[in-house]
Amino acid sequence: MFARVLQKYAIYFGFLAIFAVFSVLSPHFLQGQNLSNILVQASVMAIIAIGQTMVIITGGIDLSVGSIVACTSLVSAVLIVDSGMPVPVGLLIALLISLLMGFVNGFISHYGRVPPFITTLGIMSIARGAALALKGGRPVGNVPDAYEGLATTTLFGRIPIFILYIVIAYAIAYFFLMYTRHGRYIYAIGGNRDAARLSGIPVKLYGTLAYVIAGGLAGIGGILLTARLDYASPITGYGYELDAIASSVIGGTSLSGGEGNILGTLLGAVMIVTLKNGLTLLDVSAYYQQITIGVVVIMAVFLDSIKSLRAE
Amino acid sequence: MIGEQTLKSRTDTGIALLEMRGISKSFPGVHALSDVSIRLRKGEVHVIVGENGAGKSTLIKILSGVYRADGGEILIDGQKVSIDNPQRALKLGVSVIYQELNLNPHMSIYENIFLGRESTVAFGVLRRGRTIDEARALLDKVGIEVSPRVLVKNLGIAQKQMVEIAKAISLNARIFVFDEPTSTLSHAETSRLFSLIRDLKASGCGIIYISHRLEEIFEIGDRCTVLRDGRFVGTRAITQMSIPELISLMVGREIDQAAQRTERFATERVVLRVEGLCYQDVLKDISFDLRQGEILGLSGLVGSGRTELAKCLIGDLRKTSGRILLDDRPVNLSRVTQALSNGIAYVSEDRKKEGLFFLHPVSTNMTIASLRRLVKNGFLRPRLEKNLCLQTGERLRIKTPGLKTQVKNLSGGNQQKVVIAKWLLTKARIFIFDEPTRGIDVGAKAEIHRIIIELLKGGASVIMISSEIPEILALSDRILVLRLGRTQALLENRGLTQEDVLGFAMGAHALGPN
Ligand SMILES: Nc1ncnc2c1ncn2[C@@H]1O[C@H](COP(=O)(O)OP(=O)(O)OP(=O)(O)O)[C@@H](O)[C@H]1O
Ligand SMILES: [Mg+2]
Repeated sequence: MFARVLQKYAIYFGFLAIFAVFSVLSPHFLQGQNLSNILVQASVMAIIAIGQTMVIITGGIDLSVGSIVACTSLVSAVLIVDSGMPVPVGLLIALLISLLMGFVNGFISHYGRVPPFITTLGIMSIARGAALALKGGRPVGNVPDAYEGLATTTLFGRIPIFILYIVIAYAIAYFFLMYTRHGRYIYAIGGNRDAARLSGIPVKLYGTLAYVIAGGLAGIGGILLTARLDYASPITGYGYELDAIASSVIGGTSLSGGEGNILGTLLGAVMIVTLKNGLTLLDVSAYYQQITIGVVVIMAVFLDSIKSLRAE
Repeated sequence: MIGEQTLKSRTDTGIALLEMRGISKSFPGVHALSDVSIRLRKGEVHVIVGENGAGKSTLIKILSGVYRADGGEILIDGQKVSIDNPQRALKLGVSVIYQELNLNPHMSIYENIFLGRESTVAFGVLRRGRTIDEARALLDKVGIEVSPRVLVKNLGIAQKQMVEIAKAISLNARIFVFDEPTSTLSHAETSRLFSLIRDLKASGCGIIYISHRLEEIFEIGDRCTVLRDGRFVGTRAITQMSIPELISLMVGREIDQAAQRTERFATERVVLRVEGLCYQDVLKDISFDLRQGEILGLSGLVGSGRTELAKCLIGDLRKTSGRILLDDRPVNLSRVTQALSNGIAYVSEDRKKEGLFFLHPVSTNMTIASLRRLVKNGFLRPRLEKNLCLQTGERLRIKTPGLKTQVKNLSGGNQQKVVIAKWLLTKARIFIFDEPTRGIDVGAKAEIHRIIIELLKGGASVIMISSEIPEILALSDRILVLRLGRTQALLENRGLTQEDVLGFAMGAHALGPN
């Protein structure tokens, strides 16, 4: 009985355990400033991971989100800083480009029948290349205050605005997936493509939609990141696609499609960022951080597979 | 081959080849089996019957090492054995041909047959030629004429099953278990399977046979064990039983088995007209019309193009030429979505591949094709959905621990009912049922027939595809018989016999549309 409860809530226990260990080992971990750091860092990842989760639920995968983050970031900065466009216009154009890249991912994967692993691998390279080419590999600094305000605003003078972004993004994603027809279709496509088609679901359309959402959210992630860092660099977002996939998987999304829950993804994203943060505080090098995260991902999936074995 | 006479004589020597004693098994929320025992003798066909969800497949899965029993023991040749995994079962000579076939569709036939036992020269280099020859010999034995190199996904269901049997034979199995083998087979294929089973029997194997088709139980079975709600009801010799007796043992009550139709609801209004429909080289010049309130039976052998015709009507296959008219208006259906919004629903014959979302809950499986009905102001109404599912579940007597249970955990027959529920909820006006009662028990079958007839009363029309000619005869107003993709006959269902229909289907006599 105990073992069963432990397995069912493994991710929550894992999360608590990580928290407990870091609180004991580092005196700085539980301080307000650090917690709000975690939150800010996690929010970008958490928002990107929403799109990744949706794509994975449809039975796909999106390797391009990290590059889309960089591309959007750079495009927005070039338009706003270099060309002096008004902030909202520059952001809108950057966002549209990210949606377009998502659309290309989805369109080629679904209508062109190229496996999404390949399509998004291609776009990953193209988007990164574009970001680098835009300024010959150089970053763009000093975005205007109006842009920066997206990140620096606080609620009641002390709570970072990012918490609002997370809440809004996850509330929308949750209701979209659980309480709309469209959400059900996303699950259905990944659950059984043939049955979905024969149930009258426009499979390719919804399959593509998931990539568009993923692209758009990666774009938003890129914009928020730029606002927070106050500059745009073509090498931001490296490895974000893997962290996003890891967040989904730790949160219980199945890579074979059809299964997953968005709140698990939030927890997964926060867990990864917490791990990185805590390990940094403990002076563990970035190399070992990567190793640790690899172990956690495998453990999470392993626990999950024992759970389903048990059910037999 | 051994003559019919010797086969009928008892090869029973009294030694139990297999004995399962006091088997119990629970799943969350269900006692699938409690204290069930069964003895299988050498050279006998032991039939297991029971309603949907009675526990038949669960018993088999315990025997084959897929599940572990909570209690009880298994003896083979009088020796206690423990079967913890499927490999162990195979080693002990137990081969199961499952209700849901388990071949890898992307591999060829011979690769499937020898999967995990590939014969190699050295360093894992495959001996392809020899393996293929062996596979060919096995295929000859079970009587299918396809090359062993063909990919399994290109086979029909009947052929896939024969491949499974060939695989079992190659494993030197002594205990063969068939879980509803004929639910997907045509008449001829069934006879072939039966002669195969008689051969196995004569060679001293024991056969466990599960089926909802009661007539065939009497044809092939020696003894019969009845399960009801996971409990053992009794084991009897088939010769000492009659069909009504068997049914009342199964369900514990009397059932009006043959839902012979007395009332007719057909009007003169033509709702669907098909003119000269062709699809590649599968369908040739098919024409017919469907009237409101009528059931048009679609009969023909497997491979006659019945399913392809249905899929052309819903736009899932794109017709090569011909016209489809709804209410005298030509329509061009190129996607299932369009068919559905025009009120045409197709209940697929292959519930695992084309009907169900196995990992999803019962409720979402039921409502996935009719979600628009459940949306208010853009959001789904969970309460509404739940009530609708409860109602429909009750109407179809779907046996499930709850609406949130994953469909894969339902018994085969109950899964089929979930598929039917999905389409009933769409409120279509033309229903195409493709083998709707496949794997469904006698009681539920009568129930589904009743529901189909109710649809007519509500003004809908039905095209009913079935390999069971008695079912077609019992329900249809008219019968369209296809053969090799052509219209062989279009018959008024008055005084027709099973032989008449079968005769047309096999091409014994031909008749233009009347
Ligand atoms: N893996 C599982 N998890 C939970 N419940 C299960 C599982 N497998 C079977 N059951 C339940 O056990 C009961 C017996 O199921 P089983 O598949 O053995 O029935 P059956 O006699 O083969 O029925 P059918 O004729 O419909 O194939 C059913 O109520 C079913 O819902
Ligand atoms: Mg069964």
